[in-house]
Amino acid sequence: MSGQTMKDQTAIAGIGETAYYKRGGAPVSEFQLTLEAILKAADDAGLPVKEIDGFASFSDDRNSPPRLQAALGIPDLSFSNMFWGGGGGGGAGAVANAAAALVAGYSKYVVVYRGLAQGQFGRFGQSRAGGRVSYPASYTAPFGLMSPAQSFAMRVQRFMHDHHISPAPQKAISLTSYEHAQANPRAVMYGRTLTSEDYDHSRWIVEPFHLFDCCQENDGAAAVILTTTERARDLKQKPAVLMAAAQGSDDRQAAPAHNAPDYATSNFKTVAKRLYAMAEIGPRDVDVVQSYENFTGGVMMSLVEHGFCAPDEVEEFMTLETFRAPHGRLPLNTSGGNLAECYMHGLELITEAVRQLRGTSTAQVPDVAISMVCSGPMVQPVSSLILRA
Amino acid sequence: MTTDTASSYLPAGTPLPAPSPDGLDTAFWEATRRHELVVQRCNSCHGYQFGPEWICHRCHSFDLAWERVSGQGRIYSWERVWHPVHPALVNACPYLVVLVELPDADGVRLVGNLLGDPMQEVEIGAAVEAVYEDHPLEEVTLVQWRTLTEFARRRQAV
Repeated sequence: MSGQTMKDQTAIAGIGETAYYKRGGAPVSEFQLTLEAILKAADDAGLPVKEIDGFASFSDDRNSPPRLQAALGIPDLSFSNMFWGGGGGGGAGAVANAAAALVAGYSKYVVVYRGLAQGQFGRFGQSRAGGRVSYPASYTAPFGLMSPAQSFAMRVQRFMHDHHISPAPQKAISLTSYEHAQANPRAVMYGRTLTSEDYDHSRWIVEPFHLFDCCQENDGAAAVILTTTERARDLKQKPAVLMAAAQGSDDRQAAPAHNAPDYATSNFKTVAKRLYAMAEIGPRDVDVVQSYENFTGGVMMSLVEHGFCAPDEVEEFMTLETFRAPHGRLPLNTSGGNLAECYMHGLELITEAVRQLRGTSTAQVPDVAISMVCSGPMVQPVSSLILRA
Repeated sequence: MTTDTASSYLPAGTPLPAPSPDGLDTAFWEATRRHELVVQRCNSCHGYQFGPEWICHRCHSFDLAWERVSGQGRIYSWERVWHPVHPALVNACPYLVVLVELPDADGVRLVGNLLGDPMQEVEIGAAVEAVYEDHPLEEVTLVQWRTLTEFARRRQAV
């Protein structure tokens, strides 16, 4: 398959992040945060900022490429791109789009970025008062089904029912993120441990999600710079080579009012197949995984659909021992992820995947050769990527 | 059979439905006012579909009709909501939301509330029946659900 695909042709050459804040905690504007993340990524790469000539983002990011170009004094913008869809489904997809632009010859250095300041703008998961709602919300909101947690709990509940899964795997995923965050000074939950008892006693948000099954809401920004693998070798950092990326959505997953034919899914079944085909590897070759946690149940299904275990093996496989860095069978969300590092819509999972290849994670897995990211379970579309040293 | 009405399950101020401005689902909301449940059905390939679409997703025909279905369903999934995200629901938690599939309409699904005790045990696969929740002032009717066993109990009590 290689030769016909973009396998290995591009690489992440630089990563940048602002400090991460609780929702509403950023002392500066979202646009400024975004600029700071891009400047840091360029500095990390050892690339003059004005060499950046392409921009890619996702989830309706508010900071437009032409405005960023103007603010950064970039003379020539040759690619600007938005991955469709909300939530974190587009994290790896935006990287894929950046890579495609490089392979196509549109651009030389593309920055993938995400800025979020929810204090400055609206919160996620909150509905406005009163009034009437029309299609398709007319089939959900009048029944009190409004937020992402409420939408996705319904899918996870059915998955747990179909495969006789107890609450234990979700809890293991949550505890893993909080444990890994205790080693990571960037993490918003750094210094805030979560015990098994804390988890058990935490309030329900919507069954089957406890409070600690749900991601945080944060302010901050992150950015990664892609270029061709060849050019990346001339820059400061060891390149994280993009072996493969895939994006998409399974059969009618966006059918309104919860009518996707295959319902109890994270929406990765076809995406994962295409991901491994491009990478020419399988799940057994993966050393470490960052899997987007909007809710822990989504991680559970993502890992299954990426082939790490069968649905009926979830109970046995998905334990803290399996997920714990450095020596678990499948170290997971090693920075703390959306649950405990920062909800930067999963772009912080991609910077962490790069750190694992560089050997600079705060929960470093030894000798990482293959590092995977799964972006945004249960939304449409979703995306994944695989990096190698 | 399914003409019993329910008082409002969620408090006043919870958003109520309005027909889509483009007319896509006007027939659905007119039917609920008559205490009828209708689902889109293709006149060409005869498949059902929901939520409504402008064309049939199977055969791409534009010739779609609304067909009355029985209102008998099965619980496909469910959730108990404990954390309100809407000001009208602050004192309404917990409440039960169910996803109901309609076996006599190709298994299309509708979201609704499961009437009765919000702490009741909910069983995926349980038989449920449509109940019509009128909002006369707003001139709109919601389709809600109750388990057949509770329905049977009530019938006996009457």
